[in-house]
Amino acid sequence: MSEFGERFSEALARLPDYLGQHVIVSVTALALGLAISLPLAVVATRHARLRWPLLAFASIIQTIPGLALLALFYPLLLGISALTEAAFGTGFSALGFLPSVLALTLYSMLPVLRNTITGIEGIDPAVKAASLGVGMTPRQSLFIVELPLALPVIMAGIRTAAVWVIGTATLSTPVGQTSLGNYIFAGLQTQNWVSVLFGCVAAALLAIVVDQLLALMESGIALRRRVRTAVGALGILLVLAAALVPGWSRPTAAYVVGAKTFTEQYILASLMQQRLQANGLSAARRDGLGSTVIFNALASGDIDVYVDYSGTIWANHMRRTDAQPREVVLEEMGAWLKKERGIALLGPLGFENAYALAMRRDRAEQLGIRTIADLVRHAPQLAIGGDYEFFDRPEWAALRDAYGLNFRRQRQMDSTFMYSAVANGEVDVISAFSSDGRIARFDLVTLTDPKQALPPYDAVLLLAPRRADDKALRDALMPLVGKIDVELMRETNLRADRDEDKETPAQAARWLWKQIGAQ
Amino acid sequence: MSAAPPVIEFNNIIKRFGAGRPGESGVLALDRISLSVPVGEFLVVVGPSGSGKTTLLRLINRLSEPSEGHVLFEGEDVRALDPILLRRRIGYVFQGVGLFPHMTVAENVAITPRLLGWPKDKRETRVDTLLELVRLSPADYRNRLPRELSGGERQRVGVARAIAAEPHVVLMDEPFGALDPLTRDAVGQDYRRLHDKLGLTTVMITHDMLEAVLLADRIAVMHQGLIIEEGTPHELMSAARTDYVRDLMQMPRTQAARLKGLMEGGAP
Ligand SMILES: Nc1ncnc2c1ncn2[C@@H]1O[C@H](COP(=O)(O)OP(=O)(O)OP(=O)(O)O)[C@@H](O)[C@H]1O
Ligand SMILES: [Mg+2]
Repeated sequence: MSEFGERFSEALARLPDYLGQHVIVSVTALALGLAISLPLAVVATRHARLRWPLLAFASIIQTIPGLALLALFYPLLLGISALTEAAFGTGFSALGFLPSVLALTLYSMLPVLRNTITGIEGIDPAVKAASLGVGMTPRQSLFIVELPLALPVIMAGIRTAAVWVIGTATLSTPVGQTSLGNYIFAGLQTQNWVSVLFGCVAAALLAIVVDQLLALMESGIALRRRVRTAVGALGILLVLAAALVPGWSRPTAAYVVGAKTFTEQYILASLMQQRLQANGLSAARRDGLGSTVIFNALASGDIDVYVDYSGTIWANHMRRTDAQPREVVLEEMGAWLKKERGIALLGPLGFENAYALAMRRDRAEQLGIRTIADLVRHAPQLAIGGDYEFFDRPEWAALRDAYGLNFRRQRQMDSTFMYSAVANGEVDVISAFSSDGRIARFDLVTLTDPKQALPPYDAVLLLAPRRADDKALRDALMPLVGKIDVELMRETNLRADRDEDKETPAQAARWLWKQIGAQ
Repeated sequence: MSAAPPVIEFNNIIKRFGAGRPGESGVLALDRISLSVPVGEFLVVVGPSGSGKTTLLRLINRLSEPSEGHVLFEGEDVRALDPILLRRRIGYVFQGVGLFPHMTVAENVAITPRLLGWPKDKRETRVDTLLELVRLSPADYRNRLPRELSGGERQRVGVARAIAAEPHVVLMDEPFGALDPLTRDAVGQDYRRLHDKLGLTTVMITHDMLEAVLLADRIAVMHQGLIIEEGTPHELMSAARTDYVRDLMQMPRTQAARLKGLMEGGAP
């Protein structure tokens, strides 16, 4: 099979799951949105004073980028869950479904509110007066006259909301909700453009189909053609049914493996999943989770295992800013995780994925730079590129302060494009990751850190509190501990990142396992 | 005079619009109106545009409330009555017709009976009777939507809707304005016969003086929120006290005279 064909059939195999979840989230959000917006809009037509604040609120929500809105709901729900846990002894999962549905619900509100209000207010005053004149109660006037007359306009609002929600639902992947966005996020990270395109097209097709079915209902209602309305409604039900059926038959896995949003994480998650399955344990995946989201998800038991990096926990969660040797960090981190969050440290994998400043080899040699200390003198003439997080991270502050670094320019970019940006000279230095395969491919050098300003970033296997003493899980994953050195990880990453003969994360993971077994 | 109280009674009614807004005295639409309509009367209200006719009519079934004064319906202050039930007992033909555009002719006509919970078969026979009364063939018109009707046909459906629930009191705001003269005359006569047969009490607003004179038991002339004169058509035509009413009541005759002159080939 061609590479394209392989990628395509791989994507197709995931469609029932991704599409099903996508439809469930979208439909739930839309239904909830309608249930809230329609009555609110009706109340607003009765009390003119409410209209402005209501529409202003919905408009402001609309201006918040979808990703940010979704991300905001996660910590909010986490807090609420902690409160209910404390009050009633039962919390709920703040990951995935709930934040996605709530954010999308808010997103769906504006078009429905606006169109319902416009639709009802646009009714000929003579007709409204007549509805009172013939003896209708306000409620009868609403249901017999105003809503039916406004229905075409309301339906148009519902269509807009449906298209928005289906589109924005692709962004629910980073908060842990499986959706068609999984194709896009994973594809972007592993540069699998077939996957990205597949996700975009699937989401667009879903939106178009739903929009057209709603349009059919709308025209059926407007023209009083019952058959047309019924066909539209039936179509919507069919889409729902088709999406839901695979969901019902999907067995629930015993273990959930989490992954952040980059290639190495996909490979390691695949590897863990393969190990669990090889040991007869069923394992599902939660891919593309944000860095804070994934940690909290582990702590609350939404996922059972994932790989994090000691420096991330040290700085982000332990709020430590002091530099300590690798072993000390591991030891203190393990104790802290156990004590503060109940999380078990199964062990380090053996390699570090640390922040490292990297340059093109020829450029570094030409300027005579081998260490970060050498860089200080040249920095005012150089541009540095970093991923979206880097310049906000304490590591950057520590590095800058320790050496007195001061660059001509700082550029934020997607980590996918960072390496080629330094390779073709768009920037001179990047905040690379030490295990990235592209360091070797683009012939970059990493600068040594004589002042040890950058904390160590050992890849570590973390287990959820309730899995801390799970022997089956420990036995399945223990063979990975201490077995992956940085060269091996770089090479594995390169297999999934390179342009030619690119492997899927699962293939790369199988290759990696073979190398571990050969040791 | 019968012992029964008047069906409708206005007591010193004042109606202001837009007052209360700072710096505005508002429009004085009705300026101390007192008027009563006895059982069975056909009262026609005439007067120039903006004189307060519609405003007066809307007070009866509480589509609006007076600023001062009382409206009595069958001897009771309307403020003590449930507006919804009151409206279902009073037929109302709107100036702008106000048919429900998403309902068929039959559904429009049957709306008040439906609200009153009449059974379906009774509603349907009622619709047919009424459509025939306003000279629309039920078979042709039952299932049409208002947008598929001419302006005059719509007005007739509006009249049918107003009397569908067999009200004893019917209020009509320029009900026949858009009809051609022949249909207008016929529907007007038909309605007047119905009024007599069922013993209805009718208040009708019109701008057509000939129609007023031919249909009314009594005519009330409004001008700038006042009822400047009232009386039988005969009284007003023979003994109007004001120039305006005299000119108004002379209209049918002057027109007839002009017409006669025209037919005889003389100058109008
Ligand atoms: N809702 C309202 N708000 C403010 N002013 C009003 C309102 N309704 C009526 N008016 C004013 O009250 C006065 C009487 O209006 P009304 O509708 O009773 O006149 P009318 O005699 O029915 O006229 P027409 O023959 O043109 O229908 C007019 O000056 C009108 O502008
Ligand atoms: Mg009027």
